[in-house]
Amino acid sequence: MSAVQTVAAPRRPGAPSAAAAVRRRTLRPRTVIIAGLAWLLAAVFVLPYVEMVITSLRPADELRDATYLPRHFQWSNLIDVWRESNLGDNLRVTLLVAGGSTLLVLLVALPAAYYTARVRFRGRTLFLLLVLVTQMFQPTSLLVGLYREFYQFGMLNSVWTLILCNGAFNLAFAIWILTAYIGSIPVELEEAAMIDGLGRVGALVRVTLPLALPGVVTAVIFTFIAAWNEFVMGLTLSTVPQSQPLTVGINNFIGNYTVQWNYLFAGSVVAIVPVVILFAFIERHVVSGLTAGSVK
Amino acid sequence: MTHKSRSGLARLGPLPWIGPAVLLILVVVVWPVYEMVRTSFLKISTSGFVRGSAGTDKYQKLFDEPDFGHVLTWTVIWTLTVVGLTILISLGLAQLFNQQFPGRRVTRWALIAPWAASVLMTSIGFKWMLNQTAGVLNTAMTDLGLIDKPEDWLGDPSTAWPWMIFVAVFVSLPFTTYTLLAGLQTVPGEVYEAAKVDGTSTWQTYLRITLPLLRPALLVGVVINLINVFNSFPVIWGMTQGGPASDTATTTVFMYQLLNTDMGESAALSVVNFALVVVMVLFFLKVSRWNQEEGR
Repeated sequence: MSAVQTVAAPRRPGAPSAAAAVRRRTLRPRTVIIAGLAWLLAAVFVLPYVEMVITSLRPADELRDATYLPRHFQWSNLIDVWRESNLGDNLRVTLLVAGGSTLLVLLVALPAAYYTARVRFRGRTLFLLLVLVTQMFQPTSLLVGLYREFYQFGMLNSVWTLILCNGAFNLAFAIWILTAYIGSIPVELEEAAMIDGLGRVGALVRVTLPLALPGVVTAVIFTFIAAWNEFVMGLTLSTVPQSQPLTVGINNFIGNYTVQWNYLFAGSVVAIVPVVILFAFIERHVVSGLTAGSVK
Repeated sequence: MTHKSRSGLARLGPLPWIGPAVLLILVVVVWPVYEMVRTSFLKISTSGFVRGSAGTDKYQKLFDEPDFGHVLTWTVIWTLTVVGLTILISLGLAQLFNQQFPGRRVTRWALIAPWAASVLMTSIGFKWMLNQTAGVLNTAMTDLGLIDKPEDWLGDPSTAWPWMIFVAVFVSLPFTTYTLLAGLQTVPGEVYEAAKVDGTSTWQTYLRITLPLLRPALLVGVVINLINVFNSFPVIWGMTQGGPASDTATTTVFMYQLLNTDMGESAALSVVNFALVVVMVLFFLKVSRWNQEEGR
């Protein structure tokens, strides 16, 4: 039996049974302890990022003060940082790489996933195995090879290189999750649409794709975030500051003798905030996405 | 109609559908493996010129490297400790965040922050919070009376290690917890009701029912974390760059340090690294098959 068949249909994230909810509501002290613990842990998870925001607003002469809050918040840091560095270039590279590789993944993964979900072709198992193995290999373990390859192509410091690389290393997850989603959509729906005269492509675009949309959204956002946060390939394949993504660019605030912590974290805030917001939007989908994509 | 349309799609063959995906994987994932192996047998100047064959000299040089032994040892300790702690803590977190309590959505949202933010930036954030002069963790621990005076935690390997493990676990928890949460949702509520009727204690229910049903999710969590943590370059690079010298480097960080001095030797280490990953992947494939058979 092939691997994909065993992938369960995506589940909706549902609340535990109503009976359980009612029962818990009556156990007040227990709920209070649970809520207290959860809120405490939530604070632990968020505090490092709060500290980054605070530091990004510290005036330069207060960076060496061991105080929890600066005496005054220097909001102009968030504007000056753009002048003090290549942050604009870095942001442009990151946007192009994250956007470009997401588009690439979608263009390449959708047809592959659709075909794999619908047709039992020869070499299907082999293809799925190749995809699975790709997911296991991370760019870190292939760095030297990647560097040598794109050095020989004369493609170092190119946005295209980073788009290709980020696309390739995020392809596996997208194919898995899309295959699972498309596989869970009854073929009969497509066939009915084709009988109505839509044709295969029409049926795919008008019937299957809209139904697979949650899967597509999950794949898109996961790819975008992974490419947005990617560091090792950016560090290795881009050597000049102007062509580096944000994750690499902020390291340029770390000098040999001094670190401009306030600017470093101002840059980090620029990089982190959009992604956290994006992630918050799909929090509901994360569980169902993981159920479909990896947990059988 | 059904039969005809299916053979119509099948007649095109799989190539137009899966071809682009295969091509992308071949160029960006498979080719670097070949390049890497080839480079490990070459003499290459630091500027990238090939100066002939090196035979197995680079491997010899690598194994003779005085740091090689402890880098390997530290990599094994690092991977096992971080993955072990991550899984144990995530099991608790998943159980906690699966309960109903006020603010569940907000706290789960907070839990996602380290996943959404770039690992490198989180690591640099911790490096800053551990700064000897002005780090907020130093300040807080001094104020709480945990330490007498601010310490240079990352300057000494014996104190840098625990902190790096802490940060690596911190950034691994969200994904793992969410995977386990996804697993928990596949456990039908009736199972618990039945156990309750039978009078089984909560702890017994967890050990005998929840944990076995969580096995697929646990397996995914363990494997993805093993690969991630083994390759986790940004945490170490962001906090100590593997230093002082190579005292806190894992194999991947050591590989990057060598990249600047001897590319051939770095490639040799990559090949060793790669072989270790292959072993892990084969292990996973074996275990997952075992998992499927057991699950039947």
